[in-house]
Amino acid sequence: MNRLERAFAEALGLPAKTDFAALEYSRNDYWDSVAHMRLVAEIEKTFGVRFDYEEVLALSSYSKAAEMLKKRGLSVDD
Amino acid sequence: MDLDEILRLPPYSLSAADKRRILGAGLADLTRSHRRRCPQYARLLDIFYPGLEDFRLPQEAPYLPVGLFKARELKSIPDSQVYKILTSSGTSGSGLSRIVLDRETARRQAQALGAIVAQAVGPARLPMLVLDSADFLKDRKNFNARAAAILGFSTFGLDHLYAFDSSLSADLPAIEAWLRAHDGPILVFGMTFLVWRLLEQTAGRLDLSRAVLIHGGGWKRLQERAVTRLEFRKALADGWGARRVYDYYGMVEQVGGVFLECEHGWLHAPNFSDILVRDPLTWKPARAGETGVIEAMSLLPESYPGHCVLTEDLGALGGEDGCSCGRRGTYFSVSGRVPQAQLRGCSDVYAEGAAA
Repeated sequence: MNRLERAFAEALGLPAKTDFAALEYSRNDYWDSVAHMRLVAEIEKTFGVRFDYEEVLALSSYSKAAEMLKKRGLSVDD
Repeated sequence: MDLDEILRLPPYSLSAADKRRILGAGLADLTRSHRRRCPQYARLLDIFYPGLEDFRLPQEAPYLPVGLFKARELKSIPDSQVYKILTSSGTSGSGLSRIVLDRETARRQAQALGAIVAQAVGPARLPMLVLDSADFLKDRKNFNARAAAILGFSTFGLDHLYAFDSSLSADLPAIEAWLRAHDGPILVFGMTFLVWRLLEQTAGRLDLSRAVLIHGGGWKRLQERAVTRLEFRKALADGWGARRVYDYYGMVEQVGGVFLECEHGWLHAPNFSDILVRDPLTWKPARAGETGVIEAMSLLPESYPGHCVLTEDLGALGGEDGCSCGRRGTYFSVSGRVPQAQLRGCSDVYAEGAAA
């Protein structure tokens, strides 16, 4: 698992065999609106970033999160 | 102008005249589209608005009493597209409203709320003290108006702390430690009666002078204890040093397009929603300053026909475009609830008609 996958797994309590590329907000039992705030906090801590509220709303899939970090010049790989 | 364009504008930028035109056209579109997609709504229109013609003004739009959302589930989307069902907090005991959302409607609600709150708080997220119990959110099926409000506003916060335990006692040492860990402005959010509850438990012992405090959910429980709006504000300033305090008026039938209080104590309608005060004898729009029943209108409800609802609240229009705070659009105040007996009469008529 890369750093972003670890942050997702930790915050959402995901099972071992999660297909991260297919992970989308509210389309599974793990990532609901309560868990979302935990996830945002975990990603912020892991990558030392701070999202504004529009980004919090926009962070709706694993790939979206990866893209948002990439835009800030951050690598999700170790 | 389509809804997504309106949502991208600063939230209080449309003049009353422009807004009437845009809102009128938008409500007409929504009425047509819900009539097509929601057979129950179509039937209600046929019964209560026979011969309804196209309209251009918001005040001509057909409106449903909010009580109807308690009597039945009104939705304009197939079951496969249902994303979330919101229920009212249910303090009245007369059944819960059930509001059916699809993804698009939920997304726009969040975006609308964001535009409104950013105006008061600024674009950056702030450390957030939630005046509720974390246990309240544990039951994920219990998605009522209070939980929806907490979660909706949580987007603007970070490092959230819940002020109460499950019996609604404040954890004062935890709050103090949390305050010490965060310098600078903080966001405090909660239902109005819980703000009061925390104040009763901590007045004089907590410094919330750097807080932006947003509260809502109504004054019913405080009015029973004879706390007026003015006394509330004064008590918050005296007990906590909290002076940036904003009430909001909103309802589960129209989440997102909330009406936030300004620095001068008026509630303001954003571009994408509005209110009208109706004279309860004639049901015609009342003049500014006259108390009547509040009708709430919103362009956000796409998945259920809740774009025009007659609330069970009394209020009065302050005016349009002219508030000293500089915001454009309608501003108003809410003074209480319509007496129960009157309400029951009104919704019985609708219930009988709708059952026909």
